[in-house]
Amino acid sequence: MRQGLKKGIDTLLKYNTIFIFLVLVFASSFVSNRFFSETNIFNLLRQVSGIGIISMGMLLVILTGGIDLSVGSILAVASVLSAYFLLSMPLWMSLVLTVFAGVLLGSVSGFLVSNRRIAPFVVTLAMMTIGRGLGYIISNGSPILVRESGASLKSFGSGYFFKIPGYFSGVPQPVVLMFSIFVIVFVVLRYTVFGRLVVAIGSNETAVKLSGVRVGVYKFLVYGISGALASIAGIISTSRTGVGSPIVGRGFELDAIAAVVIGGASLGGGRGTALNTLLGVFILGMIGNIMNLKNVPAYPQQVIKGLIIIFAVLLQGIERRGQS
Amino acid sequence: MLPADYSVEMVGITKEFGGVHALREVSFRVRPGEIHALVGENGAGKSTLMKILSGAYQKDEGVVRIEGKEVEISNPHSGRQLGIAIIYQEFALVPDLTVAENIYLDHLSSRGGIINKGRLYRQSEELIGGLGFDINPRKMVWQLSVAYQQVVEITKALSEEARILILDEPTAVLAPKEVKSLFEILRRLKEQGVSIVYISHRLEEVFEIADSVTVLKDGQVTGEGKTEQMKPDDVIRMMIGRKLTTMFPERELRIGEEILRVEGLNRGKEVRDVSFSVRAGEVLGIAGLVGSGRTETVRAIFAADKRDSGRIELCGKELQLKSPRESVRSGIGFVPEDRKGQGVILSMSVRENVTMPRLRSVMGWFGFIKKTKEQRITEELIKRLRIKARSTESAVTDLSGGNQQKVALAKWFGTDSSLIILDEPTRGVDVGAKVEIYNLINELAARGLGIIFISSETIEVIGICDRVVVMRQGAISDILDKEQLSEENIMRAAIGRSRSSAVDIRTSG
Ligand SMILES: Nc1ncnc2c1ncn2[C@@H]1O[C@H](COP(=O)(O)OP(=O)(O)OP(=O)(O)O)[C@@H](O)[C@H]1O
Ligand SMILES: [Mg+2]
Repeated sequence: MRQGLKKGIDTLLKYNTIFIFLVLVFASSFVSNRFFSETNIFNLLRQVSGIGIISMGMLLVILTGGIDLSVGSILAVASVLSAYFLLSMPLWMSLVLTVFAGVLLGSVSGFLVSNRRIAPFVVTLAMMTIGRGLGYIISNGSPILVRESGASLKSFGSGYFFKIPGYFSGVPQPVVLMFSIFVIVFVVLRYTVFGRLVVAIGSNETAVKLSGVRVGVYKFLVYGISGALASIAGIISTSRTGVGSPIVGRGFELDAIAAVVIGGASLGGGRGTALNTLLGVFILGMIGNIMNLKNVPAYPQQVIKGLIIIFAVLLQGIERRGQS
Repeated sequence: MLPADYSVEMVGITKEFGGVHALREVSFRVRPGEIHALVGENGAGKSTLMKILSGAYQKDEGVVRIEGKEVEISNPHSGRQLGIAIIYQEFALVPDLTVAENIYLDHLSSRGGIINKGRLYRQSEELIGGLGFDINPRKMVWQLSVAYQQVVEITKALSEEARILILDEPTAVLAPKEVKSLFEILRRLKEQGVSIVYISHRLEEVFEIADSVTVLKDGQVTGEGKTEQMKPDDVIRMMIGRKLTTMFPERELRIGEEILRVEGLNRGKEVRDVSFSVRAGEVLGIAGLVGSGRTETVRAIFAADKRDSGRIELCGKELQLKSPRESVRSGIGFVPEDRKGQGVILSMSVRENVTMPRLRSVMGWFGFIKKTKEQRITEELIKRLRIKARSTESAVTDLSGGNQQKVALAKWFGTDSSLIILDEPTRGVDVGAKVEIYNLINELAARGLGIIFISSETIEVIGICDRVVVMRQGAISDILDKEQLSEENIMRAAIGRSRSSAVDIRTSG
């Protein structure tokens, strides 16, 4: 009997992210009967799609033992750039160039971290300021309206996939994009050499290096990927609002880090999964969503959010100590 | 009250890890003021038993009595309060603190955070000096060699006025001179009535220092007794369940062309003008005291550290190796001395570890890993090196120390290297497994690979090497051929006196 209880608690701690997620879903449905409505669920998913996409890149960076504070700013640069390019270019070209810019900014961080060995925190902090500044410079400080040529971009922001007229209103397109990216990162981490090495580098960089692996290359790549994903999130933001704005994405880096950490990843690297990170994103999103449904004002919301992050991480602390 | 018969009495101890018995009904007794050796193969359960005694693990069944009183040791802190100090097989120091801070770490945390640094350093200096060592207490622990880190561990344990001192393979990283001073310390403690549990794979040491011995095999006691009444062969038989015929297996020598040539290698003060060569099928030993530059030399060859100057040829081609990756690509394998820090990734599985240097061979389309192939390779290696692991998926951290070492070795078996560098590959490995490792080395050599073999155990160097480079203070002090190999010649060269007369006769004749 006591053994059974202990086992139960152990399992619970081991899958604590899922546990917190389920508890929140359960609680939410009690607190507000609007929670489980189709509109609310898809609204919620659409709201978190940006953070969700960014978090996948953040996870890769954190797994190597790094951190990327520049994602929010890269998102803003991408938002501005996509609208700006559309002033003079066709849609596909604008999007390609925007993502390319994101990769470029991320790669600069990656280069400085892997080649110049500057601490990731410092490098990406600088990149955060630079990115934000670039956003303002390109846009001249005010939002850029998306022009006619970007109509299909705008319809992406508000469009749906899998629509069944009369039965199902469909899944918002950004949400489908988020899930696709999640699936890719999930597969990469689990089944590819790249994923294996990202985790290995975060666990014991020296051992990996002495096995003949170019550690620097992988460290470089994760920042590039993170930049690319941040720029995709920026494009989504533009598509939803119809403007490229230099002020969007402020604080997104912290939400993404929080999601990854709630998902049980270790900031020291080597620990974390795509699925748990996605759950972390949902957990954060649900907390906000339910409080909005209940009309909790913004400031207490922040306090409660912070408390839940601490609670989640504490649970993991217990689990990890139990292991050693 | 009468003094208890035993200072430590563990009866019927059973411990399972996920359904597998690490210990089964083990009874273990230590008399007051004796040095009691605990021996057994890798994975026999020695560390587990001692972790239960120190409070790091919890027993499933059984009774522990300390000086006759039954106790529950539920955590390391209550263990320390009972006067039990343990030096773990794996290091437990904080690398970013100074030596002194590490020694007094537990005291510091309990004293409200006010630190008198001057006193701290003075006391540590006295303590270390009192043990016959010379280490600057202001140094950061990460700056010390592994041997010195071990000394700090010992000092730390002794600073706590232990009544029962457990040492889990303390000498694995020590040089003979340091071992000697450690033994003096242990004898002194014994006279003061401290009971000591001593775990080691070196039987010579066990018979030199211990009063009694307990042998574990597969989690059960297979023998115990006074060392005076036992012979090393008896102990080995109890350990491995059979007689060990030859320690150093014979090998048919077929030495071929030169594989590696090193000329004028320099790196800082640790490596000065080192030149030597290794031929196909040859096992070249590098001997010398701890700190003589052996590790630094091979690290510079492998390009794990930058060279200042020097020429390196592999199979007749000059190489400009700039990173370990290039070395691996050109066919050099490297097993570093610090297995936990550099050899393996503890949190990952045996499978993920052993394929790390050969990921290309298990990589398919778009970088996907061919899992079945990887599994097959791993299973073969587990069998071939007789790694004791529950499955290919066991995390390396759950293996015993010796089996972790085998994982570090397995990484390079079956890769297409032409030269393999082994830095202390038998450290912490039991006798049976040592012989297996010698066999594996012989097998590699017989296949025409060149082997560089670093070891602090002179007997082993003599036993398996064809030629030995002896280093002293960063430079080569002598190169000995097979016929010249003797403990005396190696020691002489290592501490810097000229070789024995055998050579003089040869050169003059
Ligand atoms: N935390 C753990 N989880 C699972 N299995 C474990 C754990 N710790 C030890 N074991 C297993 O228990 C057995 C005994 O291990 P132990 O470390 O006590 O061996 P040992 O005698 O100290 O060996 P060595 O000489 O190699 O250090 C091994 O099979 C090991 O794999
Ligand atoms: Mg052990």
